[in-house]
Parts: sequence; structure tokens; C-alpha cells
Amino acid sequence: MGDFEPTIIAFVCNWCTYTAADLAGTARLGYPPNVRLIRVMCTGMVDPKYVIKAFLEGTDAVLVSGCNPGDCHYINGNYKARRRIKLLKEILPQFGIEDERLRLTWIGASDGIMFAEIMTDMVAQLKGMGPSEAKTAMVI
Amino acid sequence: MAKTAKINVTEGNLLASLQGFFKAVLRVEDISAILVPQHLPMKNMVMPALVTDPKQLEGADPLAPAFPMNAAKIASRLTRKPAGGKVAAVLRPCEIRAFIELVKLKQGRMENVLLVGIDCLGAYQNKDYFKFVGDNVTESTTRFYQNVLSGKGAAMKEVDLSPTCKACEHCIPGAADLGIGLFGVDTANQLLVQTQTPQGEELLTRLNLPGSQEPAGRQKAVNAIIAEKTTYRDNMYQEIAAATNSLEKLTTYLANCVNCYNCRVACPVCYCKECVFVTDVFNHEPIQYLRWANKKGVIKMPTDTVFYHLTRMAHMSTACIGCGQCSNACPNDIQVMELFRAVSSRTQEAFEYQPGRSIEEEPPLSVFREDELADIVGIGHA
Repeated sequence: MGDFEPTIIAFVCNWCTYTAADLAGTARLGYPPNVRLIRVMCTGMVDPKYVIKAFLEGTDAVLVSGCNPGDCHYINGNYKARRRIKLLKEILPQFGIEDERLRLTWIGASDGIMFAEIMTDMVAQLKGMGPSEAKTAMVI
Repeated sequence: MAKTAKINVTEGNLLASLQGFFKAVLRVEDISAILVPQHLPMKNMVMPALVTDPKQLEGADPLAPAFPMNAAKIASRLTRKPAGGKVAAVLRPCEIRAFIELVKLKQGRMENVLLVGIDCLGAYQNKDYFKFVGDNVTESTTRFYQNVLSGKGAAMKEVDLSPTCKACEHCIPGAADLGIGLFGVDTANQLLVQTQTPQGEELLTRLNLPGSQEPAGRQKAVNAIIAEKTTYRDNMYQEIAAATNSLEKLTTYLANCVNCYNCRVACPVCYCKECVFVTDVFNHEPIQYLRWANKKGVIKMPTDTVFYHLTRMAHMSTACIGCGQCSNACPNDIQVMELFRAVSSRTQEAFEYQPGRSIEEEPPLSVFREDELADIVGIGHA
């Protein structure tokens, strides 16, 4: 598995985690280039369909990341996201999509360092786990 | 305090006794109609019917092992706006629970309906019911309830209860206005009537039925039935877990699916007025299919089959009441109910939610708390 490079699809909110990612970039912090950022206005708009589709298309992990509790630009979108992620974390592992492949984090706008660390750690974890099944299997 | 009464049974004829009871309900002043499973005059089938003429209740047959659809959807249609009168709805326990879920979603109202639940004897799958029914619906229903209530079981000739009903631990109506008891009751002579709400008590007072008490052996009989069904259900969960615990196995399980979406149409708690899977969102550009095919060399058509089922799980599994109409509706004999009940048991447990238990409990995905679920946040280390 030495040359396995995982793909992470990250749904990041405009106000916090996207800004943190931007900060990591402007501060020239290094982190593995495995993540594909999808900027959304709020984690509360991440439909479970987006996550399911990403997994069925063969991503190795999905990260949903938004504002810390209490900081949501739309007051409570991140709390709604948390319930949806909980729901998906009950459903997907029943079909072999490991719990560790779906992550929810709160990364504030000033936490560029934290963003870089989480990316580094997630990639390391995923390299240990190996590729997701949907990458190679025929999914109908 | 719940009140208890009885319906006298003459000559062991449960259907006639229930029909007499329904007629009495229909005579109550502010009840305009009764929704009840009814023989169709033109075919040996039992369907929900809305009856206003007491004479028409000769065809009422709530004990037939036929379950062509979940009538919660009918109750929803009848109650979404004031109808100018009250309807008494005779429903199976799973129909009552589905209706309660629909009321929570503002797709039905409790104000103008009285829910009458009967201990559920179960039903055959549609295809099996057609084999079983023969020429005389009343005779076949009588044979069915006599066998079940005398402990001989529901298996007859080549048919048996649907897996749904075998696995259903909710065969006693729990959230009705009036519950009619059969299990552990001396049904040769009487049926048990118990109120579960103030509305039910009011109706019972006006019906003037003879008072009674719950038979001593009822709870024990009910517990034994529930224990048997729970065992069947738990075995079913284990088999499903083993059969679908990887994407490859899940795709094998769903390989017969032709994306007809019948399971979604039949599902009483699939609440979207328009399912996203029939909108243009999934009417992909032709070039998109070629792109997808190029990626792996082959794609199955139509696409999005597993995507559809997983999305449906995300939408309705917390509300799944396990009525099994999805399996009934599948043209290709996919065991949809087994899969969805197995998933639902996990999602419902995660939110400590039991659909249809109480109108007061809010659907888990419609609410949140600030201090909860801290354990799912983060990437696995402190």
C-alpha cells in the first residue's frame, strides 16, 4: 500500500473551515494535497446525498467541517449537520464503509494550523486503512 | 384511566361482531364515516373503504390476512384538511404508527379522526393472499383467524405469514383511541375493548358497550407472541448484517433492482411530495453516462440504484415502522423490508426514537440539542 494516495472530499463552510484552509495556504503551511475542498455556505446545507454520492464514487473519506458550536454564521446549521452525520455514521458502516472514513470537525476561521494538522492526520490514517471498496468494486 | 369494555361475540363469528361494532360506531352522532378494510364486491380482494352507510358494513373485514397497502396514506389524505366530519379509522398497528409519523410531518391531522386498532393477526404477502383467498373471502378470513387464535398458526397450504408480520413485535395497537383485543381473550364469546386516549373514552361512553376487565391471561399471551416475533426479528437482523456488510454484498443484494421506485411509492413514511430521484437532478446528461462508463469500463444501467436506496435510508429510516409494503411492492422480489428494518433498528436506536409511539416525540432529524453527540466530532484522537 506504499504508493496509495487517498482522496478526501471535504465539505467546508464558507465562514470558518474554508477561511481556515485559506489561512493555511496564505501562511504557507504545508499539508498533503489529498483533499478536494468543496466550499458550501454552511455545513447545515450538506445533504446526506452529497456524502453518499462521494463514497459511491470512490472517495476514501469524507470530511464535513464547519464552525465551532455557537459560532455558526446561520446560528445553528452546524448542529443540524451533526445530527445528519450521526445518522450517516449509523447507516454507512453497516455496508462496510468504515466509521473512520466519515469525519466531522469544527475548525474556526483562525485555525489554519489546526486545518493543516487534521489534513495530515487524516491522510496518515487513511493510508493505514487502505483504499475504499467503492474505488474498485462495481457499484450499481 | 383507561376504560375496558367488551363486544359480545355470537356463534364465534368475529367478523359479524366487529361489523356490528362498526355499525354502532357509525351511528355515533358526530362520526360521519368509517374507514375500514372491506371486501370489494367485484373481486376477492380486501381494500380500505370509506363507509357512510351502515348497511355497507356487511363487507367489512379487518381480520383478512390481506394487506394491499398501508392505509396510513389514506388516513393522511382524509385528514390533511378539515373534512366536515369525523372519520373513525380502523387500522392495523403499523398503519396507526405510520399515520402518527405523517401527522408529525404535517401530512395528516388528529383532530378529525378516531383511531381504532385491532390486535394484528398478520397478513400474507399480496401474491400469497391471492393464492389463499379462493372464492369466498369471508370463509377464508374465518379459517385464518380461527387457526391463528386457536394457536394453530397462520401457515396454510402453501402460504404463510409474510416475513414482515413474522418479525413484527408491534402487533398490539399502542397509540389508538380504541384498541380491540383478541390475543389472550376468550374470542368465542367476547372481544376486549380498551381506551387509550380521552377521545377513546368519550367514544366508548357513547357506544354503551357492556363493561369488562382485561382477562387475566392476556398479558402473558401477548408477551409470548411478542417474544416469538422478537426472536424471529433478531435472527433476521443478523442474517441481513451478514448478507450486506460490504458494498459488494449490498450491490449483490440489490442487483435485481430496476429503479422502479415502487418501494418508495408504497412506503407510508417516504414523505417527500416529489422524490428527488424522479426529478431532473437524476435525469443526467447523456455524456455523463459515457463519462461514468469510461471511468470503470462498465456501469450498470439505470444508474444510481444503491445511491437511491441509501438516500431513502437517510430520509426515512428513523420513521420506518416496518410495515413491509416495500417488499410487497417490489416486482423483483428483493427483500426490501428486511434490509430497511435492519438499518432502521440502528438509526432509531441511535436517536432513542421509536416511530409512531407518541405524537409528542419529534422526528430526530427535525430537531437538535446544543450539548449532544460530542463523540462523533473530531478525527479520533483528543
